[in-house]
Amino acid sequence: MAASFLFSQFMGGLTTAMFLFLIASGLSLVFGVMRVLNFAHGSFYMIGAYLAWQAMQWLHPLAAGFWPAALLAALGVALLGAIVERLLLRHLYGREELYQLLLTYALVLILGDVAKFIWGTGQLSVSTPPGLGGSIQILGTTQPLYSLFIIALGPAIAVAGWLVLNRTGAGRMVRAASYDREMLDALGADVGLIYTGMFVVSSFLAGLSGALVTPIESIVPGMDVLIIVQAFIVVVIGGMGSLWGTFWGSVIYGQVLAFGILIFPGFSLFSVFALMAVILIVRPWGLFGRPV
Amino acid sequence: MPRRGSGLIGHIPWTLIVFLLASTVPWLGSRYDTFLAGQIVIDALFAVSLNLLLGTTGLVSFGHVAYFGVGAYVCGILMKTYGMPFIVAFPAAGIGAGVFALVSGYFCVRLTKIYFAMLTLAFSQIIWAICYKWDAVTGGDQGLPEIPYPNLDWMSVIPGLGELTDSARFYLLTLALVAVSLAVLRRIVRSPFGRMLTTIRDNPERAAFIGLNVRAYQLAAFVIAGAFAGLAGALYGIFSRGVFADYVFWSKSAEVIIMTILGGMDYFWGPPVGAMALVWLNQQITDYTQYWPFVLGSLLLLLLFVFPGGIVGGLVAGFRLARRRLVPRNA
Amino acid sequence: MLEVRELRKSFAGFVAVGGVSLTVADGQIAAVIGPNGAGKTTFFNLITGHLRPDGGRVLLDGRDITGLAPHRICHMGVGRSFQRTNIFPRLSVFENLQAALLAHHRRGGDFWSDAGLFYRDDTEALLVSIGLETSAAAVAGTLSYGNQKQLELGIALASDPRVLLLDEPTAGMSATETHDTLRLLQRIAGERGLTLLFTEHDMEVVFAIAEKIAVLHQGRLLAEGTPAEVRGNPEVRRVYLGGHH
Repeated sequence: MAASFLFSQFMGGLTTAMFLFLIASGLSLVFGVMRVLNFAHGSFYMIGAYLAWQAMQWLHPLAAGFWPAALLAALGVALLGAIVERLLLRHLYGREELYQLLLTYALVLILGDVAKFIWGTGQLSVSTPPGLGGSIQILGTTQPLYSLFIIALGPAIAVAGWLVLNRTGAGRMVRAASYDREMLDALGADVGLIYTGMFVVSSFLAGLSGALVTPIESIVPGMDVLIIVQAFIVVVIGGMGSLWGTFWGSVIYGQVLAFGILIFPGFSLFSVFALMAVILIVRPWGLFGRPV
Repeated sequence: MPRRGSGLIGHIPWTLIVFLLASTVPWLGSRYDTFLAGQIVIDALFAVSLNLLLGTTGLVSFGHVAYFGVGAYVCGILMKTYGMPFIVAFPAAGIGAGVFALVSGYFCVRLTKIYFAMLTLAFSQIIWAICYKWDAVTGGDQGLPEIPYPNLDWMSVIPGLGELTDSARFYLLTLALVAVSLAVLRRIVRSPFGRMLTTIRDNPERAAFIGLNVRAYQLAAFVIAGAFAGLAGALYGIFSRGVFADYVFWSKSAEVIIMTILGGMDYFWGPPVGAMALVWLNQQITDYTQYWPFVLGSLLLLLLFVFPGGIVGGLVAGFRLARRRLVPRNA
Repeated sequence: MLEVRELRKSFAGFVAVGGVSLTVADGQIAAVIGPNGAGKTTFFNLITGHLRPDGGRVLLDGRDITGLAPHRICHMGVGRSFQRTNIFPRLSVFENLQAALLAHHRRGGDFWSDAGLFYRDDTEALLVSIGLETSAAAVAGTLSYGNQKQLELGIALASDPRVLLLDEPTAGMSATETHDTLRLLQRIAGERGLTLLFTEHDMEVVFAIAEKIAVLHQGRLLAEGTPAEVRGNPEVRRVYLGGHH
């Protein structure tokens, strides 16, 4: 196999990985702090994509409409997340986890149909923002600039996230909340605010990644479910609740997907879930998670 | 659990009445009504088998449809590909599903809560992928259409059943088999074994220290639930005249969980009531709109926030309230 | 007779229990005391199989039970109550005890009979002995804290133990409740010839009924002996009895 072909696959794997990282990081952190596995996270991603498209329609006259549109979309989804957390999720914290899971699943059902209702069932797409539309030659392959942007964005967000969690007061509280919620409560911290904040940030990230994926993939119904399954796998590999775990889990998964398809044509269906099962059996807390 | 069924309500043999009513459907209703009734009956068994895990043992399985699917395929393959009679294929489906539940359950019960749920989901999707891809055995994405009905000529011996169609006769057979299965499951839930399961649900740590090997009990529950789900699947395959991979898709696992909670997971007859309600509701709604997921999601929200006890839970609470208000205050 | 030899357990470098040895004779009432974080609950968890020790042995009547699974240790005659009340909240009080009896008599393999029919008399007797006859039908989770602790004692007794480990049996109780619980414990231990090992914060409780006291500090045995001996021990006074909790 030619080196340039392998390199192309590698870069493709990285691009996939960084998108997944953006989405899965929110999922993982919400689980780490709040012990909630948010099925609707994929729906937030999808809504972010649709909102970005919608914003682009409104901002059409402005040539530089993509970035404001993406930001608007992310903020829109963040708002949605705030509403969901305060109005719905908050009331179920004391109850068994099953109810929280069912709530997020109900949201998947509802949001999926709301999106269908508003934007229909056809494919929508957004053009690549000017400035990142071209491509450059690396090692004899053509790499789209936009992909390179995404590949650079991933680690940037990971580092930024690490800095916030480890170097700021707010970050410390979030980490403390993930270890011992009751203690933090007793110390007078507003745990409710922390939870809302985490959920809003995670929704923002989901909406942002949805918006950013639009130049590369078409927006279709069903993209919510497709992405959430992959986000689950990434989070299991990396370890739920761990930022760097999610990062490296995404990288690994991206490469497995990119190269696995070459070896097995029917790869994605069976092998991905088999991988998830193996990890859950052998090392459920993934690479960087806390031993269960 | 407080004794229920005291007073007038408790002495009416509800289950017998429902069973008799259900058996009159082929005569009183249309062919479509029979089809719906059969679906309800099969889903009832499927949901009750799940509730052995959910309501009785406290195990939240997201992959219960895997065993339903294994049962459907085992029965379908034995009957269609190998021409075996129903009387062999049906128990084989239960055994096959039970064996698969034993293998997957062994790994699943070593995990707790979210991790347990995710592993059950993973196994379920693996089964789905196998069914979808293994063309030679499962028919791949084409599935196994035209599963033959079992030979039901013997039924014409029973007066009144002679002039029924094959599908109607199979419906009655399904009803009988499900009734027997439910009776067995009910005994299991009320047995000492079932009582041990509820202690594990309430407090696994304490259950271990009254002398229970918690994992062994959980695995046993998992196998029993899986086996009965397999029987339901076998019936479904014949009933729908075909077995297809999308029977095994995870959204069906979500659906059966919703059915169980809709009916009320704290009561043995909750899940069948939930099955009835959901099948009926689905049929009504999909006639008018394509937005069934929206309705289902909203229903789920209603359940979570307003009626956590489900239909049966709500009814029981309502009866208790009414009785307290109607009975004069003494004692 | 319960014998513990050089039991040790560390968590990621932190020594929770560092080589503790203790012997409790048949029918003796012994207490393990120590400040918070001294390792008392960990020590119990090591004995009852909830934790695997890193080293050392636990012997019950000469039999090595180190590291066995909790359910097997339970069947060997060790009963236990937990620091956070551990009952079956959704079952009734009667059902709680009945379930414990069913488990003790290994009836869990019965898939067919009606669970409610078994051991009714034994359950009634147990209810009376712990003083909860009037609450038999109440759902366990709705009981008051004190009653739940009584129920937990009942569950532990249902396993017909020879050795009973009680983790802070009077935690959160008023003075009267504590007094009543003590009398109950003494009576039951006497009636059944139980060997009792309990942890406590309340010094009055300890000195009231314990025949032997072991003092833990930072995972190590600081002192051991009769109440008088321990009271008089200057080390103990310095570390623990100086500031009465």
